Amino acid sequence: MIDATHLKKHFGAVAAVRDVSVRAQDGHITGLLGPNGAGKSTTLRILYTVLKPDSGDAIVDGVSAMRDPLEVRRRIGVLPHSAGIYQNLTARENIAYFAALHGMSRTDAQTRTRELIQLLEMDEFADRISKGFSQGQKIKTALARALVHRPRNVLLDEPTNGLDVMAVRSLRRLLMRLRDEGHCVLLSSHVMQEIGALCDQVVVVAHGTVVATGSPDEIRGTTGEANLEDAFVKLIGSGEGLA
Amino acid sequence: MSAFAAMLAVFRKEFRENLRDRRAVIAALIMGPLLGPLVFASALSLSIERNTDEGGHVVTLAVVHGERASNLLDYARQYGIQTEAVTYDDASAQRAVSQQRYFMVLSVDGDFSSRLESGQPAPLTLYADASDSSHARDVSRVRAVLAQYGSVLARMRAIARGMDPLVLTPVVVHDVDVSTPASRSVVALGTFSYLVLLAMLMGGMYLAIDATAGERERGSLEPLLTVPVKREHLIYGKILATCAFMTVSLVLTLTAFAIALRFVDLERFGMSVNFGPLVGLEVLLCCLPLVPLGAALMTVVASFTRTYREAQTYLGLILLIPTLPLVFASVLGLRPTAALMTIPSLSQHFLMTSLLRDEAIPASFLGLSVGVTLALGAGLMFIAGRLYHREALLG
Repeated sequence: MIDATHLKKHFGAVAAVRDVSVRAQDGHITGLLGPNGAGKSTTLRILYTVLKPDSGDAIVDGVSAMRDPLEVRRRIGVLPHSAGIYQNLTARENIAYFAALHGMSRTDAQTRTRELIQLLEMDEFADRISKGFSQGQKIKTALARALVHRPRNVLLDEPTNGLDVMAVRSLRRLLMRLRDEGHCVLLSSHVMQEIGALCDQVVVVAHGTVVATGSPDEIRGTTGEANLEDAFVKLIGSGEGLA
Repeated sequence: MSAFAAMLAVFRKEFRENLRDRRAVIAALIMGPLLGPLVFASALSLSIERNTDEGGHVVTLAVVHGERASNLLDYARQYGIQTEAVTYDDASAQRAVSQQRYFMVLSVDGDFSSRLESGQPAPLTLYADASDSSHARDVSRVRAVLAQYGSVLARMRAIARGMDPLVLTPVVVHDVDVSTPASRSVVALGTFSYLVLLAMLMGGMYLAIDATAGERERGSLEPLLTVPVKREHLIYGKILATCAFMTVSLVLTLTAFAIALRFVDLERFGMSVNFGPLVGLEVLLCCLPLVPLGAALMTVVASFTRTYREAQTYLGLILLIPTLPLVFASVLGLRPTAALMTIPSLSQHFLMTSLLRDEAIPASFLGLSVGVTLALGAGLMFIAGRLYHREALLG
């Protein structure tokens, strides 16, 4: 469960996030929807504690990201926008490295890595050096790495970027499975279909502020538009940055 | 999770990953450790050979109008100077020297013999290239023989005029050279120190870049910062891995030196001949305190850069830093003092030099070198840790 209230973040003179509040519940997939530059990534970076907000706070399972970022990191699994992996390590070693950094024992890490390799259908390339991995294989490795410590909350920044249809579908299945297991899943996207097909809750962000919150149906209802994309355009006031 | 366990995890991963990186391995295990000692040993051997074969060496001098000064040339031949007759004018003589067809051309002027006979100074013209250091020795030998011929003639004239030739020698200078083989080897020892320190730094350079600028460029830094480990512990782990690579490089380099120098006649350079396991170990121990300082310095600099390439450029400059004190030391002829022992790289140079010369160095100097270098290293590691808290790190 993630509860962020009135986040604010400036970079020099630029206000990246003016006022964003997000609540993502367990057993739900929550989508952060907005055009490029709306402040989605900055919001997520604050939630996964690599940035400190100027004001506001994010509470993850009752722990404040401002006061105890290390404890928050134990409770979250993160797939950042640039989810680079180590090219001179195999997929399995990439995952094991993060298991070690999460303080997992060697045997626990091995079991869990095997589990994830199976779950994400990575057997074929798990023991290959990552140099030359396809985008899909890279994302799978990064995703397994993010889930290795069995986090209750999963944050993903535009996870479907650069994936082909098959990979997107299998990612979607995985996220739904996590939701059904009771995880709190929060992802950002600027792709309308993805949000519509996947999310139980949507937070629409534009120019660093939240312009609407609700289920996809509710958002269609409040804007009076039958189509989510039209509703979105109406909310942010322009068609800029849509995919 | 303990800080130590986290650092160990980072250390292990960086070490293993860079062992698989061809560039890092070549720099750490091959370039520095092999090339340095090889170049050093062959340069020493060459210079020893050049110094030794001087005696029997025959010099060939090109002469224009040698027939005008046959006595002079006979005299020169007695001193091992071969002559070769050529027909050059002024311009072509200059060209011949500058194009290195001959290292020296002697031209006998037309009025040489008439002026010689009438007791007036007889002109000779000598073409040589003062910037050609490889023949400097030969040129000065020819000059010496010519001057000697002149003074022989002067003495004979004095005797012919009934004078004591000693009046022509009003002053006698006795040279007393107090230099020892050891003090003449300053440059060679400075080069040795530099090659050792260079190989040591180079061993860790690619790892330092890869762990900072490289990590950011590949986009693996951000995920790394989401693990429940303090940022300074992540960077300490990386610095430790850099230290490990540098230590491996250092050990290999010293081993290679020990082997290569067995083939060089070191006594001429005043080095203790048994650059054996014990001296090697002592040199290693003197250099070790510099390892964390170098690793932290490279890491701090690489942390400021945006890309792998940019980091490479800056760290290339860092590799020059240890040369600066060494250059000052050899140009100014510095001897170890307490103040100088507080300068990293210079103090290691002094320690290495005294070990190789088998000279004693005060324990306080050793303590200063180790203490100050380690303290500076710790300070830089702390700074590296602070740098990893900057938000600009993510770019």
